[in-house]
Order: sequence, then C-alpha cells, then structure tokens
Amino acid sequence: MTKIVARATDSDSNRRETPTPKESGSRVYLLVQWATQQRELTVVLVTLSVIIYFGIANSAFYTTANIITICQYLASFAVIGFGEVLILSLGEIDLSAGAVYLSSPWFMYFFWHNGMPIGWAIVASMACCAVIGMINGLITVWLNVSSLIVTLAVNYALFGIVLIGSNDIQVDMPGQTGLFSIIFGVGAWSTTLWAAAIMLTIWALLKRTRFGLHITATGGNLLAAAESGIRVRRVKVWCFIIISCASGLIGILDAIRIGTVNPGSSGLDTVLPGIVAAVVGGTALTGGRGTIFGAALGAIFLGVLEDGFNLIGVNANWFYLAEGVMILVAMIANTQLGDLARRIRR
Amino acid sequence: MTEAESPLVGADSTPDATLAASDMVLETVGLTKRFGAVVVLRGVDLHLRRGEVLGLVGDNGAGKSTLVKILCGFQAPDTGQIYIDGKEVSFRSVADARRFGIETVYQDLALVPQLTVAQNLFLNRELTVFGKLGWLSAGRMRRLAKSYLEDIKVEIPDINAEAESLSGGQRQAIAVARATRQNAKILLLDEPLAAMGARESALIVDLVKDLSRNHGVSMIVIDHNYTHLFELCDRLNVIQQGHIAFDQQVKDTSVEELTKLMVSEYHRELAEGQRLLKE
Repeated sequence: MTKIVARATDSDSNRRETPTPKESGSRVYLLVQWATQQRELTVVLVTLSVIIYFGIANSAFYTTANIITICQYLASFAVIGFGEVLILSLGEIDLSAGAVYLSSPWFMYFFWHNGMPIGWAIVASMACCAVIGMINGLITVWLNVSSLIVTLAVNYALFGIVLIGSNDIQVDMPGQTGLFSIIFGVGAWSTTLWAAAIMLTIWALLKRTRFGLHITATGGNLLAAAESGIRVRRVKVWCFIIISCASGLIGILDAIRIGTVNPGSSGLDTVLPGIVAAVVGGTALTGGRGTIFGAALGAIFLGVLEDGFNLIGVNANWFYLAEGVMILVAMIANTQLGDLARRIRR
Repeated sequence: MTEAESPLVGADSTPDATLAASDMVLETVGLTKRFGAVVVLRGVDLHLRRGEVLGLVGDNGAGKSTLVKILCGFQAPDTGQIYIDGKEVSFRSVADARRFGIETVYQDLALVPQLTVAQNLFLNRELTVFGKLGWLSAGRMRRLAKSYLEDIKVEIPDINAEAESLSGGQRQAIAVARATRQNAKILLLDEPLAAMGARESALIVDLVKDLSRNHGVSMIVIDHNYTHLFELCDRLNVIQQGHIAFDQQVKDTSVEELTKLMVSEYHRELAEGQRLLKE
C-alpha cells in the first residue's frame, strides 16, 4: 500500500519538473494508466490518509482495543455492503437489509423463547431472512415494482412486526456463555472473522462463478443477458435472498455480542452506511460494476471515520456534518478518478 | 477441447456454385401475414444457400421487418412454410429459432459492456470446473476465445478488454463471433455497417466474407444503404407490396438499377395514393 503512495507522488514530481508532459515519457503515462485502472485505489488512499490523520491526532487510535472496537462496529455495514454490491451490480437496491439485520435476532429470540434449541433457532431465523429476501425479489421481478419501493415497504413492515412481537420491550439475547458465545459474536474477533468469511464467499461468488458473471451481465445489459438465455429474474431473486441471509446472520451475531436487542432501532440507519460503503468502494449505482473488496474498504473508511471522530472528541453536533463532508469528498475523488481513467483509456 | 476443435458449423463444407438441393439452408414458401385488415406479407418465397450472403431491401411498410421477425422466431406467419436444411420447421420463440441455428445479431444490444471480450463470447455458455458449483475456468475460456477469434481472423488487441472500451466495429465483430461460436448457421444482420468508419467497415466486411466463404455461415443482411449491401452481399432481394419483387446476383445488377426500381415503386405508390384520394 505504501509503495503505491510513494510511486504516485514520484510521478507527480516528475510531471512538475518536466515542462512538456508529452516528453515526460510513457512511464508516467503508463503509471497513471495503471493507477486509474485500479478501481479501489481512491478509497485506499482516502482511507489511509484518514487512518494516518487519526493516528497522529490521538495515540489511542492504534491500540488493539480500539482496533477491535472499529472492527466490531464496521462488521455490520461491511456485510450489508457486500450484499448491496450484488444487488447494486444488478441495477437494483435493497433498503430492507438493515431491518433484516435488526429483526433476525428477534426471530431467533422468538423461536428460542418458544422452546427451540438455540442452534435451531438461528437456522429458523435465517430461513425467515431467506423468505424475506425472496419476497423482495419476487415482488420486484414478477410484479414489476421498483426494488427501492418494495424493500422500503418491507423495511417498515419488518419494523412493525418487531414492535408488535416484542410489545416494544427490550430483551436479553440467549447464548451468552461458553464456546458457542465466543464463536457466535462474543469473542473479540468473532464478528470480524465472520464478516471476512462472508466477504470471501461473496467475492468468490461474484468474480469466480457463472452465477456471479450472470449478475454482472444482468445488471450491465439486461436485454443481452436475457437474450443469451440467462434467467435474469431468477438471478435477481437469488441475490435478494443472499443479501437477506448475510444481513440476518451478522444481525444475530451482533445481537449476541451486545447481549440485548432493542425493538426501536431504525433499519434505514443501518442499511444506508452499507450502501455508502459499497458505493464509496467503487460499486456503480447503475449496475454492472461491483467490487467486494471496495465495499470492505468503504466500510473500513466509515468505521475509522466514526471511531476517529469519537476519539479526538469532535463535538457531537459537528459529528454528522463532518461525516457527511468526508463521504462527499471520498465520492467526488472516486468519480473524478473514474472520469480521468476513461479519458486516458480512450 | 472439443469446443476448440469444432466451433464452427459447416466448417467442412466448401463453397460450391452448383445448386445441389442440400445446399439450400433456408427456404420459405408462401409466407403470409396480416395485421387486422392490413396484409403485410402476401406469399414470400425466399431461399438462402449455404455460405451465401443475401441482402434484403425494401421501403418501410413493404413487409421487410415483418419477414425478419418471422425468420427470427419473434412472430409466427399466418400461412406458409419454413424449411431449414430441407426439413419443415416452425418457430414458437426466438429461442426456438436459435435452436435451429438462426440468430439475429444486434450491434449494441448484444454485448454486456462491463464484461470482457472472452466473457462476452462465452456468455451463458461458460466453461466451468467442479460442475454444479459453476466455478469458472477463466483461463481456458480466454485461450479458446483467442484461438476462435484468430480462426475467423478478428483482431482484438486484448481479449481481457471490456466490451465498453471497444470500437463499434469490434463490438459488432464480437457479437457475430459469439453467434457463430454458439453454432448459429444463419445470421440475420441488421444494418451491420451503420455508423462505422472505413476501417471499421472493412473489419466487418472481411468477417462476413470469411465466415460465408470459409466457414459456410449464411447471412441475411437488412440495410437501407445500397453501397453497404453491394459491399457485403452475394445476392439481393427487394421486397415490395409484401412479396419478393426482385431477385438478382449482386454482380448482375447495380446501384442504379436498384434505385430505379425503388423510385418507380415510389411513384406507383404515389399514384395509387392520389387515385385513392380522388375516390
């Protein structure tokens, strides 16, 4: 990573010294060309500079305890972000993933409360998540309703279901002891490792399998994909199921880690950082382009930002303004570099 | 490996000037189609030989696009028969027609811009390892795509380039290549040279000639531009008033003759219109 930075600045100074950029040789050109082809490069640079800044500003930033805090914090929207990469690659959007994340521990709690063993309660809860994803997908592809609206409606419906089922009373999560708890959320690195595993799985799915290729094809050119015989509707429904299951799983883990679940949390506040992570990482909102590692970097960027602002003691009133501005800066850097890359490739 | 060895249909057939019956890949007899009171096709007898490039000309409303829609399986004729390789067939869908080896190639609709040349060539026919898991064997597909493109002499600088970064001509060539690689033996090309520069056009003209002469692929080219048609085709059919009014080898006709034909048809229609107006 540091190598990239060093070479990038090297090319900058090169350009300044030579009066005519044409004569500065093809080396600079090749380097710029290479750099612009790395879709994740901007967010790497932006995240690195934020990390360096907070490290200098507060020595507590680099402590293991703080790194664990950041990782635990960002696991949720990283995983939601990975799912959104699939959905955005299709040219769709899923606003219900946050509500699924918040309601899956409730489903698990209800099953457990009614006598199911905790392991089976998790499985049953995941099945509920799969059904929710399937409903999102089926309404979107068969009834031709925009996924934005479908998933927004499902988001509110799930919120309502949790409120009704819980009577608006906070509960303690089961599974707080033993090896089970260490694997499923309570262990310091548990959620982080789960998130990493989900990242690798979804990455392999998107970039190494037929199914993933068909996701890109469906989002890139729906007509061509359908013409070639790809069952585009089925691809879409499966992606909605995958994001729901991933969000639901990380939701259960986070709930076990925290120990209690609160029925009043807002799903949108949870899903939007996930979408931001995916988009800041370089996934196009218009479909056809998705990068899982980009979403991971985007999630790290958001996590570091939130944690860093807390550490250096930014006034709470200023916090959201700063976060908003930083997201904008990252996004503008991203699109500008993308435009530059396109111009150079022409 | 079998993929690499026999990617082309009819690669073994040699161009032959004699009119053997087996040389007829596509034949229609008395195709008719009406939409309500409007009779669009009134008995189209079209034939296409193996390795032949047939140009289809006709004014708007002459029935050209309806004929093409019937041939690619998008619409069914009211009456009449379609024969492929001498056997009567009926298409119920575009996929059905494709199964019989007829495929329409669209310039901009065919490719996924974000996928590479190799990925586009193998779209939905991907090679995988571990069977059901669908793990892509990307290296093998790249190699096969490369050798196939070399086979049909399509020069693409980088097999890993995204389709988006290619020129219009290259995209068209890839779209054609995909159809033939997936065993299409009759291609329907809709204005294949539209909006292309001289070099781009040359690329497609060469590809069309190579595929038809050396690989036995037959093609029907639909175009309004006579220059393009004379460049690409072996034979021309003019459709007027719902049937084939003119059928000539390209070497036996000229742009002038064709223009004259179209203009006289235009005047006939004009007179007809005026007569109707008077009544």
